[in-house]
Amino acid sequence: MLSLRLYLLQRITALLMAPLVLGHLAVIVYATQGGLSAAEILGRTHGSVPWLLFYGTFVFAVSIHAAIGVRAIVHEWAGLKGVVLEVVMWATGFGLFALGARAVWAVTFA
Amino acid sequence: MTSKFLKVTIERGADAKNAQQVFDVPAHESQTVLDVVSWVQQFADPTLSYRFACRVGMCGSCAMMVNGVPRWTCRTHISKVLDGNSVTIGPLRNLPIIKDLVVDMDPFFDKWVAAEGMHHGGLTRDDPVALVDETSAARIEANAGIECINCSVCHAACDTVAGNPEYLGPAALQRAWTLLNDARDEGREAVLDAVSGKGGCHNCHSMGSCTAYCPSGLDPMSAIAGLKRETTKSFLERVR
Ligand code: SF4
Ligand code: SF4
Ligand code: FES
Repeated sequence: MLSLRLYLLQRITALLMAPLVLGHLAVIVYATQGGLSAAEILGRTHGSVPWLLFYGTFVFAVSIHAAIGVRAIVHEWAGLKGVVLEVVMWATGFGLFALGARAVWAVTFA
Repeated sequence: MTSKFLKVTIERGADAKNAQQVFDVPAHESQTVLDVVSWVQQFADPTLSYRFACRVGMCGSCAMMVNGVPRWTCRTHISKVLDGNSVTIGPLRNLPIIKDLVVDMDPFFDKWVAAEGMHHGGLTRDDPVALVDETSAARIEANAGIECINCSVCHAACDTVAGNPEYLGPAALQRAWTLLNDARDEGREAVLDAVSGKGGCHNCHSMGSCTAYCPSGLDPMSAIAGLKRETTKSFLERVR
């Protein structure tokens, strides 16, 4: 159920995510080891375009990557196909994007 | 051989798992799984249906599930697969059962056609015979896959085929890959399109059951990886 286009989208988003995951892990280690408080973290991320771009790209890539992965899984393991399969894929993608985008917005500009 | 008789369970009927029959088959030295099935048909139950032709691993018609694993039965020694003194033999997975151990191979071969697994010739009988450079990288790739005997063992081993009936499967895709690397084949675009659709090579999860179980020692998984690379390359070229 994966055509060339979906396959490419999933590989490209994987490529995007690889450095972002490493960056994200580094941020976690830095923030916890350094003993930054929530307020201090927010102080640094608030109003920051670079953080918006970093995590915004991450959320965007994750949404696409995961939606395509879920598509393959529910087709092969639950037998979903046709319109239902499309709906599940898009709902997964938009759902993840909405959740992620809301969080990113909250720590950068809200 | 510890005992003089083998306990042979054969799965029969469309609902194979629920129609098991047990036979006591005399044990011999150098006995293949196919010998055991043949003994049952000849001496215990002449209504048992199964398929074979060459008995030497060339025709690809004798594949069955042996203790849940797809195998060519004519070249599988029973001593290698016995679980204690017993063995369970069933029809090949991922294909419709016709009767007993005989499956319908049509869907398997239909997929070869769907993958454009036929020669796309460009020459006529008036042209000189095309010379093939056996040392070229492409020819080496093609040669790696051409000894396929169409036994469908890989197709039975593939969980992606099981979950996604449209998936063309390892054998058909490997065939497409050999054609793509054959200097005499002129169907490049047709092949690339055929393996890029809904059931195409991009569905493969690269877990390698096909390669692990192919009795001829072929490597469809790597052939499919090659198709993924080539289709990606040609897509990017078209976009540019
Ligand atoms: S590697 Fe691909 S073709 Fe081979 S068994 Fe796995 S999914 Fe099927
Ligand atoms: S690739 Fe191997 S297992 Fe698959 S059909 Fe050909 S010979 Fe049989
Ligand atoms: S009978 Fe021909 S391959 Fe087994």
